[in-house]
Amino acid sequence: MVNKMRESIIMKIHYGTALGAVALVAVHILMRLTQSFTESLEYANVIANYQSLPYAGMLEIILILLSIHGFNGLRVILLELKQGRMYEKAVSYGCVAAMIGLIAYGSRTIIMVNMGVV
Amino acid sequence: MTQVPSIAEEQVSIPLSSPKIVTIRIAKFNPTKDDERKFMEFNIPYQRWTTVLEVILEVKKHFDHSVAVRYSCRQATCGSCGMIINGKPRLACFTKISELESDVVTVEPMNNFPIIRDLAVRFERLFDSHHKIKPYLIREDSEISSNEKEFLQTPEEVEKYIQFSNCIKCGLCNSACPTMATDSSFVGPQALAQAYRYVADSRDKGKDSRLKIIDESHGIWRCHFAGSCSQVCPKGVDPAMGIQFLRGYLLGFRS
Amino acid sequence: MKPQDENKEGIRGMINPRRYGIERVAYLLMRLSGLGLLAYFIGHIYETSSILKGEIGWNEFLELTQTNEGHALLAIVIAMCVFHTVNGIRVMFGHGGVGVGKPARPDYPYDPASQNMKHKMGIYSAIVLAAIATMYGLAVMYGE
Repeated sequence: MVNKMRESIIMKIHYGTALGAVALVAVHILMRLTQSFTESLEYANVIANYQSLPYAGMLEIILILLSIHGFNGLRVILLELKQGRMYEKAVSYGCVAAMIGLIAYGSRTIIMVNMGVV
Repeated sequence: MTQVPSIAEEQVSIPLSSPKIVTIRIAKFNPTKDDERKFMEFNIPYQRWTTVLEVILEVKKHFDHSVAVRYSCRQATCGSCGMIINGKPRLACFTKISELESDVVTVEPMNNFPIIRDLAVRFERLFDSHHKIKPYLIREDSEISSNEKEFLQTPEEVEKYIQFSNCIKCGLCNSACPTMATDSSFVGPQALAQAYRYVADSRDKGKDSRLKIIDESHGIWRCHFAGSCSQVCPKGVDPAMGIQFLRGYLLGFRS
Repeated sequence: MKPQDENKEGIRGMINPRRYGIERVAYLLMRLSGLGLLAYFIGHIYETSSILKGEIGWNEFLELTQTNEGHALLAIVIAMCVFHTVNGIRVMFGHGGVGVGKPARPDYPYDPASQNMKHKMGIYSAIVLAAIATMYGLAVMYGE
């Protein structure tokens, strides 16, 4: 699937995720600044953030956007360092796997806290 | 330490009104015989207008005839004498010793090109990449068969691509490119700039086929606009500009 | 052809920022900041998952990160984030052909129009904004 996707589509996704992440991460950081730095990291305040559905949804979107952007960037760097059919396939699929793994791991945190499982 | 050889004053080809001396270090490497590169040093007098190529030819004439170097026109037209001069890719015939502002000049073969011997490198990869992007006008009719005698262009249409047609295939851009430093499959700034030269030509109808060729994992997307290609181009082609314009087509900024 | 026969500069050529001006420096900083931010992002996802261990687990992790070293690391992350963002926006415009000049008949000394003040100012702005954001971040972290 990865190899069949045209590089222009992958790069448009790369740029799109970048712009989306800039906007949403800015919101995420500004939310930290609505309280004092130490207060914003207190357990109760963090839980309250996760349990707010819009905020949790925003965090999930940031997680997906940054995972895609970050691991695609890593894929580009690794592809430029060494070439070869097997290596390129391994890098591409490895980065997609890492992307999915990170999204899954982060989503687990967001969903469990949002549902009040903690 | 061995003494660096110098030319006796009466033998030099360069006229000496007030001679200054430059130490030129020439990389010597024969891949079939040597394990590693060595540098040989020579003291050569020079004038304000003396070029690096002239100094290298003085070395060949008086000291080491075996120095392998490519050169031809001596006027930055043929693109033969590209080499690394004091760490940067330059044309030897277009670089004056005086502008380097150094008493020691080091010349090495261009990076990212396989070495034949000493300063001479292989250009097959550059020519193959250039050929890959179809460097010719693509259209179904021709100037012979059509009703009009020639395909006319306005001065404005010519201005859009004339800069990129100045390319002399010297390879300095490919040598400077940070992607070419590690990526053996990258097409390179020279080929991409030439792809734009033809896409921007109003007589050409092959835009879609060329964009398809460069839209691959080691095509235009491995250019990151570092701009080193444009910094070293001796003819003002500005490959970085052409590549970004070309990318604009793929991203939808241009149609 | 064997890799060593290709006479490629290799990683040393890719990471050497000295020869070609500020644009090449920006290219290198973009790569380094990207990798640094990816590493931080992975660590951040792992760090925030400690909330699942309850208040005790969360506070234990805070003891690890709310230290001088943690603050210094966060300051570097702020710098990387701001630089990568601002320079990334500049690069995105460049990639679309915006601000790279217009084609014209070249004339001596053949200065490249794409390496113009607009993009240089974009790069310097990214560096300055990163510095300002870092100082603000340090003020917030150490100011309490």
